[in-house]
Amino acid sequence: MEKIYLDNNATTPVRKEVLEVMFDLYRGVPGNPSSIHFFGRQARGYVDEARRKVASTIGAEPSEIIFTGGGTEADNLAIQGIAFSRQEKGNHIITQATEHNAVLHVCRFLEEQGFEVTYLPVSREGLVDPAEVERSIRPETILITVMTANNETGVIQPVEEIGELARVHRVPFHTDAIQALGKIPFSVQALKPDLASFSAHKVYGPKGVGVLYIRSGTRVRPLVYGGHHEGGNRPGTENVAGIVGFGRACELAIDELETEGERLRLLRDRLRSGILEKIPNVKRNGAPDLLLPNTLNMSFEFVEGEGILLGLETEGIAASTGSACTSDEPEPSHVLSAMGVPGVLAQGSIRFSLGRENTRKEIDYTITILAGVVRRLREISPFHPEEGS
Amino acid sequence: MNIEAPYSDKVMDHFNNPRNVGEIEVPDGVGMVGNPVCGDVMKLYLKVKDDRITDVRFQTFGCGAAIAVGSMVTEMVKGKTLEEAIIISNKKVAEALDGLPPAKMHCSLLAEDALKAAIEEYRAKQEGMADVQSEHHQED
Repeated sequence: MEKIYLDNNATTPVRKEVLEVMFDLYRGVPGNPSSIHFFGRQARGYVDEARRKVASTIGAEPSEIIFTGGGTEADNLAIQGIAFSRQEKGNHIITQATEHNAVLHVCRFLEEQGFEVTYLPVSREGLVDPAEVERSIRPETILITVMTANNETGVIQPVEEIGELARVHRVPFHTDAIQALGKIPFSVQALKPDLASFSAHKVYGPKGVGVLYIRSGTRVRPLVYGGHHEGGNRPGTENVAGIVGFGRACELAIDELETEGERLRLLRDRLRSGILEKIPNVKRNGAPDLLLPNTLNMSFEFVEGEGILLGLETEGIAASTGSACTSDEPEPSHVLSAMGVPGVLAQGSIRFSLGRENTRKEIDYTITILAGVVRRLREISPFHPEEGS
Repeated sequence: MNIEAPYSDKVMDHFNNPRNVGEIEVPDGVGMVGNPVCGDVMKLYLKVKDDRITDVRFQTFGCGAAIAVGSMVTEMVKGKTLEEAIIISNKKVAEALDGLPPAKMHCSLLAEDALKAAIEEYRAKQEGMADVQSEHHQED
């Protein structure tokens, strides 16, 4: 059976062009970039080139790009790094309720360390109100962190406005842009954040490589110690092949951003209207006009999400409930709960996240299968009203 | 490489082809347990004659395991006496399905609890009817 992968916000397959450069690196570039001999200088050259590629993708200077061991580490380095380097100036952090756990759990850890965190609510559409961000700023506020786009719903936050407010009040601003990269235009020149996190495996690059953009002049305390690498911000011998793979993935993502974004938007809209047409009692989650082009989150009344996933999987379709990291937890998604989606409805929510390998045929097949799965599960459900009643 | 399946073939069979789904129009006992916010609710309907379960139906709002245990428990109790049925434990239901993943063992409790609740409701009704009958006798 052909498999259909509709979980590209969890991770994306490494694309052929990326794999090729990584393979060449593993085979032909054995050196440590810190070594001064030929092998070292060769590896250094590749890392520097990848750094330039990532930098130009987001409109940054190469010196502002810090390679990390992934997106979660980039978020940690940004938030802990600012918090601990600025604790003389204050102890207050502003974030919002639908952040990824890579931000929320760091904030909870910092609360245990004596920091105070304001978790701003979101509207029913999943949006933070910039006015509320401004009202929450205090003299002791040392960081504002708001994601660019949400992994579960695809909702794009008003980060430009929030960033502007942060600048006016002279508070460092971090944005987790992990889901945004490669899906919507993202430039640090337009947004002007002080810090921004990215991950390679969300853009058809390898797992285990991330980037933290740190605006020139912004200081963070490192998470680990042990060397001069990445300006001392992230010591440890560079993941050379992974970094080079990330550079190549960025280059391709930027080249294809417009055409692929539009193609995915059409496919996503086709999936959405097909579902709404074929399946009654369905609710869309997230501001419809402010979504990543590839993401669709819908709640199916009277049924539970895992049952839907299992039914889809039986027919070769992979989607997800909430974020991949939390799918073992029985609690409804914290993102949907924050948006006021009732618990029962949140339990019946599915995220479809499309990617470059998806076709129209796959989307049409998914709509048909999904309609059958939901119908069957509703027949089993004690909550489903009788036909016609 | 071996990809570990989330559920046994038997669980998948009961998920894909659940037995005894639905309601009983005039049930002798009904049990409903669970909490929809936590993602699992099971409703079990019994038809009882001479202390024996003659028919049983179930409905589940929940994950694949919750659906499979509902289906399995209906197969296990059909034709059994209430005494035989009420001692069916969640472990027995899980075993009959060739096991459940550890994180899903709590789902098998739904089956045990819904069955017990339905039997208890039946017995409470019987006692109530007995009381009413004896009251009638007193009035006579």
